[in-house]
Amino acid sequence: MKRVSLAVILAAAAALSVQAASAQTLKTVKDRGQLSCGVSQGLPGFSSPDDKGNWTGIDVDVCRAIAAVVLDDPTKIKFVPLSAKDRFTALQSGEIDVLSRNTTWTVSRDTSLGANFAGVTYYDGQGFMVKKSLKVNSALELNSASVCVQTGTTTEQNLADFFKGNNMKYEVIAFGSIDEAVKAYESGRCDVFTDDASGLYASRLKLANPADHIVLPEIISKEPLGPMVRHGDDQWFDIVKWTLFAMINAEELGITQKNVDTMLKSDKPEIKRVLGTDGNLGEQLGLTKDWVVRIVKAVGNYGEAFERNVGTGSPLGIARGVNNLWNKGGIQYAPPIR
Amino acid sequence: MSIAPRKPPLQFALRLKRALGGKTGWNGLAAQIAFAAILAWIAYEIVANARTNLETQHIASGFGFLNYNAGFDVNQSLIAYNNSDTYWRVFFVGLLNTILVSVIGIVFATVIGFIVALCRLSPNWLLSRIGGIYVEIVRNLPLLFQILFWYLAVLAALPAPRQSISVFSTFFLNNRGLVVPQPVTEPGLYPFMAALAVGIVAALGLRHYARRALFQHGRMIRIWPYVLGCLVGLPLVSMLIFGWPLKFELPQLKGFNFAGGARIIPEFVALTVALSTYTGAFIAEIVRAGVMSIHKGQMEAGSSLGLSRAATLRLIVVPQAMRVIVPPLTSQYLNLTKNSSLAVAIGYPDLVSVFAGTAVSQTGQAIEIIAMTMGVYLLLSLTTSALMSVYGWRINRSMAA
Repeated sequence: MKRVSLAVILAAAAALSVQAASAQTLKTVKDRGQLSCGVSQGLPGFSSPDDKGNWTGIDVDVCRAIAAVVLDDPTKIKFVPLSAKDRFTALQSGEIDVLSRNTTWTVSRDTSLGANFAGVTYYDGQGFMVKKSLKVNSALELNSASVCVQTGTTTEQNLADFFKGNNMKYEVIAFGSIDEAVKAYESGRCDVFTDDASGLYASRLKLANPADHIVLPEIISKEPLGPMVRHGDDQWFDIVKWTLFAMINAEELGITQKNVDTMLKSDKPEIKRVLGTDGNLGEQLGLTKDWVVRIVKAVGNYGEAFERNVGTGSPLGIARGVNNLWNKGGIQYAPPIR
Repeated sequence: MSIAPRKPPLQFALRLKRALGGKTGWNGLAAQIAFAAILAWIAYEIVANARTNLETQHIASGFGFLNYNAGFDVNQSLIAYNNSDTYWRVFFVGLLNTILVSVIGIVFATVIGFIVALCRLSPNWLLSRIGGIYVEIVRNLPLLFQILFWYLAVLAALPAPRQSISVFSTFFLNNRGLVVPQPVTEPGLYPFMAALAVGIVAALGLRHYARRALFQHGRMIRIWPYVLGCLVGLPLVSMLIFGWPLKFELPQLKGFNFAGGARIIPEFVALTVALSTYTGAFIAEIVRAGVMSIHKGQMEAGSSLGLSRAATLRLIVVPQAMRVIVPPLTSQYLNLTKNSSLAVAIGYPDLVSVFAGTAVSQTGQAIEIIAMTMGVYLLLSLTTSALMSVYGWRINRSMAA
């Protein structure tokens, strides 16, 4: 397993040196007839394959929406499962066109990694999961605990900051993949497993007895998760950014997978503009006029994608909370399409 | 008709021609220059291309990142380390962890290899079968599975800290590792170390003297009482005068884990056990091949001199077999060092895990970090090879003498 990921890095390092300097991602994707999308190695609700190999999840839906606007087919995607520590190298090297893999937006990632974040798919925060039998009620009671974590994540650094800031000691055991970390936690090697809160709920589903484990109330960090693209291709950056914004705007305007065809006949100027029956906003992006129609038909609006993958209608059962629209008590807010 | 003697060609020119062009002469030299030029051009293109691409994508480059704070913790470190140290420090922490697991793995693998090989060669039916079964099972299973087996199936089955297996309330074995008393230095340490060093030097001197006496004059001198006096007596005297060299801090259960005491983490144990048993199986075959390559007349000669089987092996067969054993043994040592990079699967913080893993994804500087890591493995391997070459050269010299 280790060998493989090292090979990926090496191949990526080699590819960095031979890849042409021009960065016409849109043309490349169209010529290839397939979008290459970097996803996780299996995080239920965000990106995970089912038993038939079909990928689902909210991060996957972002890729499907991009494939829909660019290629008019949400299934023309090659999913590339990446570990946390290999993901950026895969993006830098051009192995993937977009990284939609529950990745936290930070300033260092936005700058020195040579990438741009195209928005926020999910507002998350880091939490802790422990066994109920430990009778721990707060993260502040975790002094001298052993903590399992996935390596190459912001989680690892937040953890160090949290324990240092609260003058607590701990032992960190960092694993290459989330499954290995969860397995070690389950086997009792660690007292605590830490990850983004959504990841904790998703991982808990995989445990033998999910009811024996609790997620502690403390959220110790801000983790805005979103899709990422390479520096140097503004057009592609715009497409990914506005695909996500279109999903959020569609929810705000009440455009759903079911009613999108009737909405096409709407007289409201705002809806006409968004759905492309008036104006040429899609063409300005280098896409087609009906780009939002394609998105909504493929994956629905943001709210539908959320409910289907991580919301109360899914096994994860996470409430909308801060991820609700700005006018419904949350902070999801997209700039207007006009 | 006189025959003009053929002029001898200029010595220097000929030598130069031979050295540079080989047997093909100046044509060969031209080909070599052309080849070197092509290589240099390819290398230049790669570097220039990488540089342009990094610049157009605004990816940070250079080695400045090594002085930045790493901001993450590591669960085993031979040098003082905390999360406000730099990436340089992370590099050395990872490097030392890699060296630690490699050196200890090499020692155990060698011991296991020799024991198993001698078992396989033994006339005892049961011993030789056990050796054979060991080799066939261990070397035919993938190493990663074996590491995961030791980690997830064997060590994880140990009890939780509160239910630790306790040995005299001093050593505690649990699924967090083996907790042992932590040695704390006392003022008596330095005199103790000095006495020990003097003792070792004196013992070596005595051995040298005794060997000379044996080989040159055929006199047997009994030195072991003096050696014992040097190695045990001197340190004892120092302890009587200066007090205990070390004090041991006993581990105590506190909160989730043990406080006080030192801990050997299970990741280290699992990795070392898996690497040494796996490599040991290959070494066993190498040793067996080496011993089999010695003519059986040597064995018979030994027994006709009245030497026991063990003495014959130790004094006659194995020293000769070492000539055959050392070169492939070196490859196994190198394999073990490189295989230690599988550590990341079980969370052991080796160089690849913390530096080529965590540091890469935090800084994004894959090219620099991977180059450094490859350089380190190359250096480690070349050092091992060099040491083994010196050893092999010494064996050959002593054989020839």
